[in-house]
Amino acid sequence: MSLDFEKEAADIEAKIAEFKTQNPEPTGVLVKELNRLEAERSDMLKKIYSSLTPWQTVQVARHPERPLIRDFIQGICSEFIELHGDRLFGDDHGMIGGFAMIDDHRVMVIGQQKGKDLEEKIKCNFGQACPEGYRKALRLMKLAEKFNLPVITFIDTPGAFPGRDAEERGQAEAIARNLLEMSALKTPVIALVTGEGGSGGAIGIGVGDVVLMLSNAVYSVISPEGCASILWRDGTKADEAANALKITAKSILQLKIIDEIIPEPVGGAHRDYAGTMKATKKVLLKHITSLKKITPRKLSIRRFEKFAAMGRFK
Amino acid sequence: MAWFHKSKAAAPKSESPKKEDIWTQCPACKAHIYKEEWDRNLKVCDRCHFHERLTWQERVNLLMDEGTFEEICPKVSWNDPLKFSDSKGPYAEKAIETCAKTGMKESVAVGTGKIKGIKTSMAIMDFRFMGGSLASGTGEKILLGALYAIKHKQPYIIISASGGARMHEGIVSLMQMPKTCAALAQLRDANLPYISIMTDPTTGGVSASFAMVGDIHIAEPRSLIGFAGRRVIEETIKQKLPDDFQTAEYLVEHGFVDMIVHRKDMRDMLFKILKYAGCR
Repeated sequence: MSLDFEKEAADIEAKIAEFKTQNPEPTGVLVKELNRLEAERSDMLKKIYSSLTPWQTVQVARHPERPLIRDFIQGICSEFIELHGDRLFGDDHGMIGGFAMIDDHRVMVIGQQKGKDLEEKIKCNFGQACPEGYRKALRLMKLAEKFNLPVITFIDTPGAFPGRDAEERGQAEAIARNLLEMSALKTPVIALVTGEGGSGGAIGIGVGDVVLMLSNAVYSVISPEGCASILWRDGTKADEAANALKITAKSILQLKIIDEIIPEPVGGAHRDYAGTMKATKKVLLKHITSLKKITPRKLSIRRFEKFAAMGRFK
Repeated sequence: MAWFHKSKAAAPKSESPKKEDIWTQCPACKAHIYKEEWDRNLKVCDRCHFHERLTWQERVNLLMDEGTFEEICPKVSWNDPLKFSDSKGPYAEKAIETCAKTGMKESVAVGTGKIKGIKTSMAIMDFRFMGGSLASGTGEKILLGALYAIKHKQPYIIISASGGARMHEGIVSLMQMPKTCAALAQLRDANLPYISIMTDPTTGGVSASFAMVGDIHIAEPRSLIGFAGRRVIEETIKQKLPDDFQTAEYLVEHGFVDMIVHRKDMRDMLFKILKYAGCR
């Protein structure tokens, strides 16, 4: 699936696809032609992706083929032992987690899973976790603290689920509790926004010693549509709201809310899973190694100071 | 001046007091009430017990020993990290206007004072300042209140009145949720009591951060308390919600609030709880 602003690149991609069906095993001049087309495609994608508007970036961050936490686990971890349930109510499929191995590091991975096909999406509630999801996440973080495992969270959610049951079971309390406990957790925490960093639902697992974003991810206090309908009184002004809210990785790095941007391959993470995984793994390993050297007590003090400084202007 | 402009000086002055000076209307049940009675009742409706929103000064007068409250960080003010502008114009203009109207620099007043002789730190949100929204200055003040409480070994009381995070400061507003909770984690580690009082409204990013992690949760009757907005939920689940959904009473029923306390009894209740918490 291509996005509307990618049309020029999509046209070339269609040409390449057609070329490949017509010439399943190209030789000589045909190889040269294929290379030319692929270079053209790459240049076009580079051009398009180097000047995405914030609203276009939202489309990329929400792309249906964008890698999800299960793709990252598969691409980065050599082992994953999934753990289920919050021990209080149930098991939220929109928030998954478990033990994982990245090279020779044992870690705890946690994050929202949006789902790929419709059936999975419904099962995962489109990545909108309920209180039991946040409580499961907290249970696993506490377990990681006990076992001295670094925590890596993969954030990708439109927001915490706005439902009647979620309210009745304490959506607000579940998120609030996570914020308090994560800020004091005595083990390294790395938070990575891979796609949509949707408000309270994102920060509910986002209190990290290091906070990272993929280059086409977005992170926002409210969805651009929601902001537009409130402040512009017109939900269709989402592109204006997206500009005003400063939700791109670059803007958020400038605001010193995140520490580093992981560059995605040309044309976005959904075009090149392997390249995305390689870049992500490299950055994660760097931070795991350096955070492991800091004592747990010192880590929690540093984390407090990091978040205390956010929004402090002189 | 154009000839058709009316001279303002020519407007007749009325001698008798205006209707709205004598009467007020309960925002909830629409009953007409004598203004004098309304004020004497601490802005609580006699008929339906609706608690009208109060300014932070009214809260101080209601709860603190006379003349004991002192602000601790009155200079911390709003910021405009995004240089935000919407269809109605720049955020900065709106904020300056709000400051002039309310005499506040942010949506919360933070200070220290005494409740029946017990020294306590207190943060009081004020809905008049942009709907009591949580932004960088708000978060900073709430954090400073917690640090003050830790330094002086005092309990901390936060009175929430907020629609949630302030969109105009974007991601910086969102980060005030972990920031305030991180400060409260420090307070917890110092073994000091934290009482959260939820008033109308306590919603969005405020309910999903400092308001919901108290040792004790007190709510004023009929306050709106919840995470997501009613309309958003109804649109999501395609169902009509019960009338009492997200009220203080509903939250007690579901286990998220310890008690509902009438405004006139709040000071006594806080004193009793602080005594149980070992404060002197």
